[in-house]
Amino acid sequence: MAELVALTVAAAAARIEAGEISRAEYAEAWHEAAGADALNAYLWRPDSPPDGIPVAVKDIFCVEGVPTTAGSRILEGYEPPYTATAVRKLAEAGFDNLGKTNMDEFAMGSSNENSAYGPALNPWDRSRVPGGSSGGSAAVVAGGLAPCAIGTDTGGSIRQPASLCGIVGLKPTYGAISRYGMIAFASSLDQCGPLTRDVTDAALLLGALQGRDPCDSTSIGLPEAPRPPEREDLGGLRFAVPAELSRDAIEPGVREVFEATLARIEELGGELAEAPLPHAEHGISAYYVIAPAEASSNLARYDGVRYGMRAESSGDVIEMYERTRAEGFGPEVKRRIMLGTYALSSGYYEAYYGQAQKVRTKIAGDFAAAFAEFDFVVTPTSPSVAFGLGEKTADPLAMYLNDFFTVPMSLAGIPAISIPAGLAEPPGGGPRLPVGFQIAAPAFGEQKLLDAAYALEQAIAFDAKPSGAPYARMDGTKRTGTGGQGDG
Amino acid sequence: MAELEAVIGLEIHVQLATRTKMFCGCELSFGEEPNVHTCPVCLAHPGVLPVVNEQAIRYALQIAAALECEVAARSIFHRKNYFYPDSPKAYQISQYDIPIAGAGRLGDVRIHRAHLEEDAAKMIHVGESGRIHGSGASLVDFNRGGTPLVEIVTEPDLRGADEAAAWARLLRETVRQLEVSDVNMEEGSLRVDANVSVRPAGSEGLGTKTELKNMNSFRFLERGIEAELARQREIVESGGAVVQETLHFHPEDGTLHPLRSKEEAHDYRYFPEPDLVPIAPSEEMLREARESLPELPAARAARYEGMGLAEDVAALLAADPPTAEYFERTAGAAAGVEPRVVANWVTGELAAALRQGGGEAGAAESRVEPAALAALVTMAAEKKVSHGSAKQVLATMVAEGGDPGEIVEREGLGQMSSDSGELEAIVAAAVESNPEAVEQIRAGNGKAIGAIVGAVMKETKGRADGGEVNRLIREQLGL
Repeated sequence: MAELVALTVAAAAARIEAGEISRAEYAEAWHEAAGADALNAYLWRPDSPPDGIPVAVKDIFCVEGVPTTAGSRILEGYEPPYTATAVRKLAEAGFDNLGKTNMDEFAMGSSNENSAYGPALNPWDRSRVPGGSSGGSAAVVAGGLAPCAIGTDTGGSIRQPASLCGIVGLKPTYGAISRYGMIAFASSLDQCGPLTRDVTDAALLLGALQGRDPCDSTSIGLPEAPRPPEREDLGGLRFAVPAELSRDAIEPGVREVFEATLARIEELGGELAEAPLPHAEHGISAYYVIAPAEASSNLARYDGVRYGMRAESSGDVIEMYERTRAEGFGPEVKRRIMLGTYALSSGYYEAYYGQAQKVRTKIAGDFAAAFAEFDFVVTPTSPSVAFGLGEKTADPLAMYLNDFFTVPMSLAGIPAISIPAGLAEPPGGGPRLPVGFQIAAPAFGEQKLLDAAYALEQAIAFDAKPSGAPYARMDGTKRTGTGGQGDG
Repeated sequence: MAELEAVIGLEIHVQLATRTKMFCGCELSFGEEPNVHTCPVCLAHPGVLPVVNEQAIRYALQIAAALECEVAARSIFHRKNYFYPDSPKAYQISQYDIPIAGAGRLGDVRIHRAHLEEDAAKMIHVGESGRIHGSGASLVDFNRGGTPLVEIVTEPDLRGADEAAAWARLLRETVRQLEVSDVNMEEGSLRVDANVSVRPAGSEGLGTKTELKNMNSFRFLERGIEAELARQREIVESGGAVVQETLHFHPEDGTLHPLRSKEEAHDYRYFPEPDLVPIAPSEEMLREARESLPELPAARAARYEGMGLAEDVAALLAADPPTAEYFERTAGAAAGVEPRVVANWVTGELAAALRQGGGEAGAAESRVEPAALAALVTMAAEKKVSHGSAKQVLATMVAEGGDPGEIVEREGLGQMSSDSGELEAIVAAAVESNPEAVEQIRAGNGKAIGAIVGAVMKETKGRADGGEVNRLIREQLGL
């Protein structure tokens, strides 16, 4: 069994294809591994092993007949009557649901602490957060509880937890993957993507997930089906380092790994230059107007009338609404509903929502200008390594700044990947923790992005993993460096 | 004080007769068991997304073409946010600042805009109030939820309740002839709200308006507006001020009552619907919409008036295309007769004969072929048959069909001409047997001639021409 769960998805699929291992045996091994969840990373698991290659599914994806809560009390007991397109497409590609993973309520959060079902824990250090909102999906992959997972990224919800858990997280171009059946947080930003051990698996899952869906008018799919990434060097490629996104509030350890990674890009033949993204630093401000505004409308349907929980009420329908929502939503969700409602209110719309949309357009323009000269924009994924449980819960603004590096790409709708780049000591001292490196590419530039990330991944050869995680980082044949060392 | 003038604008919701709903694949229905035409999308389950019904866009473009509206190259959807159980998403997908259709015109009334949106679900409030407040329970039927709607908004160009009702009828006929809606007011597939205000006649500004809802027939529309105009005039004339509010029409007693402010005070927090892409109709779609238009009532009525038809007859025919086409075929076959006369036969004598025959069928479905009616009308015009006899022949044609010439022959209804001497004899006999009438006529009472004419007509069973009989009586009396 240990041997089976040690394999990456691509390696396992190849061996199943070659008849060297049985699919059922492989699924059984993962079903057993997932059963040992000590991270509160799964909210639901099936009784029997998956019928296919196991994939952990963030609890934001509707699966017919399977409890789906989006991490919220208000959807307690809800079993969707239909299945999300992303999950259906995975099934068509031979995958099956290994379990539904924990998340920040309605994907609002950067630490998983906003889950109504308690936070998932970071497998590197259980006193620390796994990041969020796809914290459960990152934790199961890093902790050896799933070979791969899917999550959603609205302002960094795949990339930041991938960074904090030392795995690969890809947010594709907006429109690459159908959002149908993915419970909406902020519709113009939400995008599904894979969380995997390596870049090759990310490409594999992206291939299964992407495509135009008649049920999602905003879906387009990718111009070409992704191939397995292959690139040995970065010769001829130009990497922009935005000054605005690298100067403040970065932990020294994170900065060190980031700079070492830049050096490695140059070693691989890539060209580096500073490039301006003058509006990117306003990304957080714009994001925290647009996302809550859309959320305030998207979450209005949870009223206790048709599904989910309904509060006891002796009064009229308005009172029933109010009680249901007061009891069903957590504090962060309520905060964002109030922010968003305010931002859309008559008389404030132009000053807030209208203005934020203008900033969004400017940020997209900044990236367009950068991509006229560069192939990629690179930043740290997160300004910090995994922080302690409860450390930032009292200060929403500090929590929001976790998304500083990831939000601009979300606003611009462009693809970005986080790969593990090394380990760094947390500010208060203690065992070293993973640091992610973010690469962003022009819209629909996924293949180029995956190829470059793969070359860098091979060079970094990050082989650290949480202690006790039952897998090896890489198959060892292509290792050329020693970016990470030892167990965390 | 100057006289107060009515200023009225209408907002018309037209349910489109597409096969499926605006944003999902559920079939449209009416009067079926509640909640059978629903799916995760129209019940607003978590994670669902809307997809625009292309047929609804095509229908909206036809309406836009019929109302001569400018069509937006790219129009977008907005979310209109409000909490109410008839709106499962807690927002309605509608259009806001960039509607599919802009300025247009129908008849004398300017169209402000027309936009696409989805209908709400139907609420049934159990209890006496009939409204959500004070009801014991409220039931929601989502069958109607998500039905495609086009909302048409006029400029405030109407100046009276009767004018508003007449224009609303023209709009209904226009939309009905496009075959994009059932336009049935009782079933709610056509709903007309009115914005009503008054101002000193001749002034340019607008008074404070009230919005009138729930008038589900043209009669109620007219009555509701009349009642509201009377109320506003009284307020203004006594020095008061009209308060802007929404009034609900009660058909039982024709009164208007304000909706409670809790149901009404909304900040809809409109913002662009991020789940949908803009509507950008192709040249081909626009052309198809234009080319699909039949000749619409306003144009047809104008053409008929140009042919010499009276205004009311022209409007009557224009509102009923099968009968209008029947009229045109008849007029074409009755070359020597003025179209005005043919139209009067179609809308007058033939319609009356059909009603009397007890059938539901209009002229076009009747046994009376256009060519046969043309032959009859021609015979009447050429005085080969009297008007009275022609009506008798028509009754036979309605019952049995057939050729009027043969019927006239068979039943001996041919006009009695004076040439044969037969009519002179009958007239002479009638003069003889009505000495009192003769005396009165001679004394200068011209009307007394009617008694003698009547006697002749009775004797001839209507086969004589009234004018000819008159002439003969006068001749015999030496007048």
